[in-house]
Amino acid sequence: MGADTARRVDGVTEAVAVAGVRATARILARDDGRGGTSLPVLEGDGPLALRRTRGSGDEARVMLVGAMSGPLGGDHFTVQAAVEAGARLRVGSAAATIALPGQAKGESRYDVRLTVADGGELHWLPEQLISARGSDLYATTRVDLGATSRLVLREEQVLGRAGEDPGRLTSRLVLRVGGRTVLDQELACGPGAPGGWDGPAVLAGHRAVGQLVVVRPEFAAEPVAARVLGEGAAVVPLAGPAALVTAVAADGLRLRRVLDEALGRLR
Amino acid sequence: MSRAALLVLADGRFPAGGHAHSGGAEAAVKAGRVTGAASLEDFCRGRLHTAGRVAAALAAAAVLGVDPVELDAAADARTPSPALRTAARKLGRQLTRAARATWPSDELDALAREFPKGAHQPVVLGLTARAAGLGAVDAAYCAAYESVSGPASATVRLLSLDPFEATGVLARLAPELDRVADRAVEDARCVVDEGADALPAASAPLLEIGAEVHAGWGVRLFAS
Amino acid sequence: MHLDHSHDGPAAVSADARRADGSRRALRIGLGGPVGSGKTATVAALCRALREELSLAVVTNDIYTREDAEFLLREAVLPPERITAVETGACPHTAIRDDISANLEAVEDLEDEVGPLDLILVESGGDNLTATFSKGLVDAQIFVIDVAGGDDIPRKGGPGVTTADLLVVNKTDLAPYVGSDLGRMAADAKAQRAELPVVFQSLRSEPGVSDVAAWVRTRLAAWTA
Repeated sequence: MGADTARRVDGVTEAVAVAGVRATARILARDDGRGGTSLPVLEGDGPLALRRTRGSGDEARVMLVGAMSGPLGGDHFTVQAAVEAGARLRVGSAAATIALPGQAKGESRYDVRLTVADGGELHWLPEQLISARGSDLYATTRVDLGATSRLVLREEQVLGRAGEDPGRLTSRLVLRVGGRTVLDQELACGPGAPGGWDGPAVLAGHRAVGQLVVVRPEFAAEPVAARVLGEGAAVVPLAGPAALVTAVAADGLRLRRVLDEALGRLR
Repeated sequence: MSRAALLVLADGRFPAGGHAHSGGAEAAVKAGRVTGAASLEDFCRGRLHTAGRVAAALAAAAVLGVDPVELDAAADARTPSPALRTAARKLGRQLTRAARATWPSDELDALAREFPKGAHQPVVLGLTARAAGLGAVDAAYCAAYESVSGPASATVRLLSLDPFEATGVLARLAPELDRVADRAVEDARCVVDEGADALPAASAPLLEIGAEVHAGWGVRLFAS
Repeated sequence: MHLDHSHDGPAAVSADARRADGSRRALRIGLGGPVGSGKTATVAALCRALREELSLAVVTNDIYTREDAEFLLREAVLPPERITAVETGACPHTAIRDDISANLEAVEDLEDEVGPLDLILVESGGDNLTATFSKGLVDAQIFVIDVAGGDDIPRKGGPGVTTADLLVVNKTDLAPYVGSDLGRMAADAKAQRAELPVVFQSLRSEPGVSDVAAWVRTRLAAWTA
């Protein structure tokens, strides 16, 4: 899998087959009626494997254990999680996801689709996404929440492994609450990205960038106060019942420290 | 349509409040990220392809008749920093005033009624271009150009940068401005068919963070 | 403008005498002049002199944001909600003359939020002798110079000295110490301004700001007539 069968025809490279891997993982979390959360759907194929781990209280916990060595060029991964009314789900991953160049030409995709019904709660806290040199990934996260859903979501992008130039990475994050788009952000970086991505307006040489989104119905009446966390991070109230922490840092470790501190303040 | 109307609208002296805003340059200068013409150019290029591209598409979509209320909500979703949302609405309100005096139109009056405290400036810019008889590409050019001309003239004041160097920066960005404006019109056409979700959402983390840092200063030269 | 007198229309565009609801707006008086000539001190003194008899508010235009506004707040000449600072992007003369949109927004917001108002004082940031207010922003302007800035300023003229509705020569108490000839200043001002009035004042002694306050009352009577 993942092999590309490009061949040269009269000096022209032609992709005969777009031969990336397609893999999908699905999670469905449901209020079990006994004060807990059941997982009637928990399935992952190919490189995307899911494990239920020990939860706490009424919360179910799931670990993504697969995708650390992908996606490669041409691969298309999809992860879907749906949290039904009253259910609580926490999802993490066992290791960072590394976007790598594949033999197949062209971009790979990683799509995350999350829905949380009214009264449901989701904590989506995967490890970093690392854009390795030569990779080309378009990652999207789309989250649909009910008006009374709760969410904590963290995304971290690390540009290159230690000392390595990054690949091309475009990541889009769309958050809807009660049918209204509250946040729509895309960040493009690496070779081939529009100019200035590493300049003083966008990343200025920082190699890690992250977002932390916290949605709570209470924020509608009482939004968080905007606040700067050092030169490289700020917590802001969005135009909806949500708070966003945006942070840039020299590396993934420092980024995590800032986001953890911000999450602590939002508790 | 009068081509010259574009010059009136794009003139840096058009009285719509822009002179008091640095487009993030004041924060970047203070943080030591913009120190001269080269880093200004890099700053402007990054702003053009992020905030500038989104503003250009919003403005173009407004010219094409997309509901300004829908576009304004989309602009909110693409502007996480409350300091930047406030600045965009302030500038939008000021542009509404200047536009209604310059090119009186029912649409601009309706916009002023709908948003008494101001809609996002690029949305107002699009409706202004419409009132002036200009097209989507004209509005896109204005928005894209403003996204770089504001920081460039602010940096002349902040760093006492040679004004010829700052103008040279803008001239070197011209081919990219052309591409951003053209692409913004394509995006805007998609918005007509598919709705505001088709708008670009290119973001610049340090513009957002820098705007919040700047808003917290007790002493500053520019409003944003 | 075609919507000036409409009762449900959006806010008026510029210096129209009536607000969107048809009521007469406040008289707007601008105070300009060189740095350090005593504009803010004059504004503070005017507020103290007039606040019992008039509903008034102040807009400041600082070079660095909020300094003058904060002086007025510290002096407690008016409740804080009646003082607004406009940010001018290092160009205070632009904000009062070439691009008045932020100032118009500030005066309208003050009328909406703390109105009805009789009078709004718009203070420019300290600038040079060429800075004057747009007629789209204010109904009358006061230009404040001081004796310590040199007694040749009235002779040099410039738009502020020549055309302001009232010229105030401030800090007359300092004249003996800085060697300024008040007689010569008065004669030069008369030559530059013909019939336009000039007030010499010292805020450190009686009668302080009362001549300027009397002039403001006259303007206000004409405005509401």
